[in-house]
Amino acid sequence: MKQTNAVDPKLCKRIHPVNRTIETILAATGIITIGVTIAIVFILGEESIIFFKHVSLRQFFTTFEWQPHIEKFGIWPLLNATITTSLFGMLVALPIGFFTAVFLAEYASNTIKRKIKPVLEILAGIPTVVFGYFALNFITPFLQLVFGKAVSVYNTASAGIAIGILLVPLVASLIEEALSAVPRHLREAAYAVGATKLEVTLGIVVPSALSGIIATILLALSRAFGETMIVAIAAGAGPAFTLNPFKSAETMTGHMARIAGGDLPYDSIDYQSLFAIALFLFFITFFLNLLGRSISKRYMEHYE
Amino acid sequence: MNETTAPSVVNQNTSLILEIPDPVLRFKNTSIWYGANEAVKSVSMGIKNHAITAIIGPSGCGKSTLLRSINRMNDLIPDCHVTGNIYYHDNDIYDKNLDPVLLRRHIGMVFQKPNPFAKSIYQNIAWGAKINGYKGNLDQLVEESLRQAALWDEVKDKLHKSAFALSGGQQQRLCIARAIALKPDILLLDEPTSALDPISTAKIESLLEELKKFFTIIIVTHNMQQAGRISDYTAFMLTGDLVEYNETKKIFFNPTDERTESYISGRFG
Ligand SMILES: Nc1ncnc2c1ncn2[C@@H]1O[C@H](COP(=O)(O)OP(=O)(O)O)[C@@H](O)[C@H]1O
Ligand SMILES: [Mg+2]
Repeated sequence: MKQTNAVDPKLCKRIHPVNRTIETILAATGIITIGVTIAIVFILGEESIIFFKHVSLRQFFTTFEWQPHIEKFGIWPLLNATITTSLFGMLVALPIGFFTAVFLAEYASNTIKRKIKPVLEILAGIPTVVFGYFALNFITPFLQLVFGKAVSVYNTASAGIAIGILLVPLVASLIEEALSAVPRHLREAAYAVGATKLEVTLGIVVPSALSGIIATILLALSRAFGETMIVAIAAGAGPAFTLNPFKSAETMTGHMARIAGGDLPYDSIDYQSLFAIALFLFFITFFLNLLGRSISKRYMEHYE
Repeated sequence: MNETTAPSVVNQNTSLILEIPDPVLRFKNTSIWYGANEAVKSVSMGIKNHAITAIIGPSGCGKSTLLRSINRMNDLIPDCHVTGNIYYHDNDIYDKNLDPVLLRRHIGMVFQKPNPFAKSIYQNIAWGAKINGYKGNLDQLVEESLRQAALWDEVKDKLHKSAFALSGGQQQRLCIARAIALKPDILLLDEPTSALDPISTAKIESLLEELKKFFTIIIVTHNMQQAGRISDYTAFMLTGDLVEYNETKKIFFNPTDERTESYISGRFG
């Protein structure tokens, strides 16, 4: 019998049981991640729909009182507190993170870099609950020392500042990455026209890394919005609409953490309201991340 | 192999390194080190004013290193240092009191890979002028520089568009415009056409011949035909040594050193 189309055993396809298994595991983990995300959105959506059958979107977005026990569901007190803490967080994290990044990427010698980076990593590894008590026991007393009695024990400024410190390592390392990604030939071009180091850094390197920097800001902002532990400990309990950052106010996440800790009956409107807040928060951070990604993508293509 | 030129060396006792009277730039026993590695070995030569000098030699022989020592671009490499002297007119370029930032205004540079800033075409030229305290009319300077770089007609309608939107050849001419906008004395070019197509290359070559009226040009190239076409003087380097330096015609048609001869005739490199 003549087998014309038999493949030479040396070239015959082999079966790789190990490769196959690993590929399957990799695919499975990917699917799990996507699945979990979809499940979360689904659950948030499901409960939120029930919530919004009772409470109009209009009430949710345009009224300024959040008192579930008297059926007042205006998101603004919570949103306002979230914005305040995040704003303070950004005011602290952006300048410190930015200058740290510029220093690390452009000025520090390798020896100094090797000393600063572990410090940032340690800072990044501190549990947020520690930052919460740091805010309560250190930042607030400090604020009271400077601004006097106007500062309440629980206040959004203090929590916001702690969020800022928490975010410094993230901001610094991402901006440093963006600055270091600016190719050497651009710096050389700038030096070659007689620029000083500062002119090269601020005039060429930073603008070239601008989209990376903006993406970092958006990512940090979404982290600040979502930060829970610090605000639960230090910002105060009880929704309050106030523009005074020295007053106590509850953020969206702080409120959820506190309420979910109590014994809320399922199927109650209070319970469902948590999902509505969470969904809203999810949309905000999702949008910020998306924006950050699309900007950093544009910047990846930039140097080609 | 080369019976015509070899004996003349002995008979005429020609020095391998041409003396340039009144050079604008002069290397004196210049050695350049990367750590303990001597990439350029005791080079001594002068550069003629308002001429095009080409530095040729195989890859890795130290051409870029030598060129980048002239505007102290090597300062940016942490373990690179220079021994001996390089004089720009009467100034020792490596004098402790000489400011490399100011030096670079007089000695411009164009790199191998076009490297416009991530800015508009206009800003690519204006930025250098601004940081150098230019007080004149920027629009005029931009137009004049772009015209000089033979780019004006192609970009005059999109001055405020990103420089990255230009083709490689246009980007390189923009980089030349950026360099000459500072009205430097000397223009250094490190293989400026190696990343470009033949048409862009031809444009840049004819541009350089125009520009030598205004500037002293030093160009590194490993394209020998290019050196032959555009340069007045040619220096041939091999593994860090300056082997031979003479008028381009002499180097190409009547080289003295046999290593030059073999490189020119394409036997290595
Ligand atoms: N940044 C650097 N650090 C260490 N060695 C370098 C560096 N740049 C170049 N060299 C070395 O110096 C020598 C000359 O390099 P270069 O001047 O770039 O040559 P060419 O431009 O003629 O190709 C090479 O051996 C190269 O490995
Ligand atoms: Mg080179």
